[in-house]
Amino acid sequence: MADVMKIDILRYRPETDQEPVWQSYDVPYTREMSVLEALAYIKDELDPTLSYRWSCRMAICGSCGMMVNGIPKLGCKTFLRDYPEGMKIEALANFPIERDLVVDMSDFIAKLEAIKPYIINDQPASLEDGCHNQSPKQLAQYKQFSMCINCGLCYAACPQYGLDNSFTGPAALALLHRYNQDSRDKGKAERMKIVNAEEGAWGCTFVGYCSQVCPKDVDPAAAIQLGKVESAKDYVIAMFKPGE
Amino acid sequence: MSKRKPYVRKMGATWWLKNTFHTKYIIREGSSLVIAIYSFVLLFGLFRLSQGAAAFNSWLEVMSHPAWLLFHLLSLVWTLYHSVTWFNLAPKAANLWIGQKRIPDNWIVTGMYAALALISLAGLVLVLI
Ligand code: SF4
Ligand code: FES
Repeated sequence: MADVMKIDILRYRPETDQEPVWQSYDVPYTREMSVLEALAYIKDELDPTLSYRWSCRMAICGSCGMMVNGIPKLGCKTFLRDYPEGMKIEALANFPIERDLVVDMSDFIAKLEAIKPYIINDQPASLEDGCHNQSPKQLAQYKQFSMCINCGLCYAACPQYGLDNSFTGPAALALLHRYNQDSRDKGKAERMKIVNAEEGAWGCTFVGYCSQVCPKDVDPAAAIQLGKVESAKDYVIAMFKPGE
Repeated sequence: MSKRKPYVRKMGATWWLKNTFHTKYIIREGSSLVIAIYSFVLLFGLFRLSQGAAAFNSWLEVMSHPAWLLFHLLSLVWTLYHSVTWFNLAPKAANLWIGQKRIPDNWIVTGMYAALALISLAGLVLVLI
């Protein structure tokens, strides 16, 4: 017989619950089992009403974000063996709970859209110009920040976003920085309006936990600090160009 | 009909106690309060100095009370904690390159300590001469 691990899950069923309640489940524990697999076991064997999200099961789709013992984690990249004392699982912090472990991410998605996450260029290179050349340095300027899987763990880690969700937030600002740094992009002036705003880079007080929890080492905190540097430059340049 | 009823969790005043990372962050930020008080105390000393030697000496005497010594010790330790943690974060705000290679983080951190040592030394020299 395999060992059994007690897993506490914060349940919320909008049609019956006034507020979320804890419920515990006994899950046969194997070394290889991820949190996501444990949830699948619960849903298949113990309680089919449990709701959670997943898709790729390999840390690339970003849908399985949840709090494990109070820390934002990807369910598929987190293993039972690292929690011999048992675990408490709840919906990703700082987002409204839709049902059980499913949160409403629409605000996050709206923010990602707002920063224009695509290459903006009025004069795109034509086919005759051949391929785009980018030096290793030009690539390195944005590569790390392009690895984001939109899981939202950084928003769950960010008290600034939790306290006031008008803050553009870590992933969106990192993605914004990614496009601004791309040598093919000419949309920087447009995006700097978002960076310069109070809810933009300056809304960040540099807690730094976003970079700590990011499963893809995007380091959004670094992107935001670099955004502040750009924003300060923008401010100084604007002083010399009044009326623009 | 939609059964949607999204539940918003409140953060509460003690949010920063629930996670050690956040607690450390608040401790780091808390140092600003102590430094503000310290600056006022120092400014007051300057003000007493402008009133003459007797006034300044009485201020000095107050400052040698154990409670004030403890306050200064606390400010020093807290400020050092702030500096160390902040220096560790500093590379995030720097995008420095030599040719096609990014300057390693520890160069920047070491640079910050070197700058701190230099400025402290300059301050010390200024006070002693
Ligand atoms: S920056 Fe990292 S933590 Fe934030 S959404 Fe992207 S991958 Fe997830
Ligand atoms: S299931 Fe895709 S990231 Fe976890």
